Amino acid sequence: MKAYLAQAKSEIRLSLTQGESLLVTILIPVIFLLGFSAIKVLPVPKGIHSRVDFLVPGTMALAVMATGMVSQGIATAVDRTYGVLKRLGVTPLGKSGFLYAKITAILVVEVIQVAVLYIVGTLLGWHPQGNFAIFIVGALLATVAFSGIGLLLAGTLKSEAMIGISNAIYLILLFLGGMIFPTSSLPGLLATVAKVLPAQATSDIFFHALGAGGSIPSSDWTTLIVWAVVAPLLAAKFFRWES
Amino acid sequence: MAVIEVSDLRVSYGSKEAVSGLSFETDYGQIFIVLGPNGAGKSTTIETLEGFRSPSQGKVTILGLDPKKQQRELGKLIGVMLQGGGVNPRMTPSQALTLFAGYYDNPIDPAELERTLELEHVRKTPFRRLSGGEKQRLLLALAVIGRPKVVFLDEPTSGVDPAGRIAIRELIARLRAEGVAIILTTHELGEAEKLADKLLIISQGKKVAYGDLGEIKAQHSASQITFRSADEIDPKSFEEHLNVALKRPFGNELYVVEADGSPELIANLARYLADQGIGFSDLSTSSTSLEDIYLSITSKADA
Repeated sequence: MKAYLAQAKSEIRLSLTQGESLLVTILIPVIFLLGFSAIKVLPVPKGIHSRVDFLVPGTMALAVMATGMVSQGIATAVDRTYGVLKRLGVTPLGKSGFLYAKITAILVVEVIQVAVLYIVGTLLGWHPQGNFAIFIVGALLATVAFSGIGLLLAGTLKSEAMIGISNAIYLILLFLGGMIFPTSSLPGLLATVAKVLPAQATSDIFFHALGAGGSIPSSDWTTLIVWAVVAPLLAAKFFRWES
Repeated sequence: MAVIEVSDLRVSYGSKEAVSGLSFETDYGQIFIVLGPNGAGKSTTIETLEGFRSPSQGKVTILGLDPKKQQRELGKLIGVMLQGGGVNPRMTPSQALTLFAGYYDNPIDPAELERTLELEHVRKTPFRRLSGGEKQRLLLALAVIGRPKVVFLDEPTSGVDPAGRIAIRELIARLRAEGVAIILTTHELGEAEKLADKLLIISQGKKVAYGDLGEIKAQHSASQITFRSADEIDPKSFEEHLNVALKRPFGNELYVVEADGSPELIANLARYLADQGIGFSDLSTSSTSLEDIYLSITSKADA
């Protein structure tokens, strides 16, 4: 427990003090929320009361994706490349302790992200309503799915490749994820592809859970659950502790 | 029971056997040095002891534990210094030492280690900006911060300046005095000769020499007595009187006697030459260094 607490504290501190990590996990979602609320260039779903009703859940989904897949993924790849993971294997922390500490750091960062976006959204006139329990369940599933993808990439790629590839996937999922504009605006084939991606499922679940109301399509849950099961399993199979 | 017991260790990568039937042991308060050319199997052997590799055959125990199956338990009892790595490049020495101190129940005070290993002036510098020597000293500090019973040091003085080497050697000597078992790999044979209580020399995955430094020197050394003389010396008569062979390897004034330079032999030799009316100078003895022995036995093994 002592070793886990020490590692969790260190992971949280590294996550919250690294410029590029803060940029991708907090600044970009906040800038998107502020920017696309003010500059009305992107479409929003029909029938919503205010743009922020769409953008707050969308940027929260973006934030969750960025933390698990990009920020922690890159951090893990750097640790692996520099022999940190190997070294931790011969401490009282062990490999499992490292993973628990990593998960703790991801959850703490996500709580901060959601709090920041909640406050910024409220200042922009967002009136949260809906079912927060469903939001939390969706957020946990999304965390598992995106962290699984992040670990799969981190455990197989060198840190330099990881930075490029995870950012590319981040941009693709941002574009296809219905986070800052609805996937209904996408051309037919891309809209179909988007439906099976975890980003679209996450943003849709968040959108419905945090105020848009209406029942969440079962296909969103199915997609997210499949990713939350398959990605960590693939990560467990292919993850290499040593570079 | 010895602290480390290795019996008929074999480790393979696919069809290639990197370690072929090594057996050795070491105990508390000993500096055990593993030597060998690049690719000899040193790293594979050490990484198997640390639990990173699985033996394909044979048995390894560290403090009675199986390092592969009980690596986490062992993590509380051993310290490991990996070559050049193991620290997040953004972490400062101060942060890394505090983090590692947090892993153990009774760690050494990080500030004390910073002082001992002369890291105070770089305690706030990210690891990636440290010099090679500063990195090595930090990695050593992290290996010992948990007060381990066994410590594995992979080339601890590589890239370290002379002052840093002294600080590292002093810490290693202190650990030995405290009863820690130290397993050290190095390419620096002078350092090995200074530090070793026990040595294992590996070549092509096989043990080519093992034992304490004295034993290895006794087995492999060829001590010499040399002197210069302008006079002709009859080798037959010399051998009859002194029971040792006399050589004149370069055909000049230099004479060589391949034997231990015991005071008795030197006295007899000087008396013989004086009795024969043979003038001589530069009488000296020399013993073979570990470097000579190492080069000799590894080149024979590679041949």
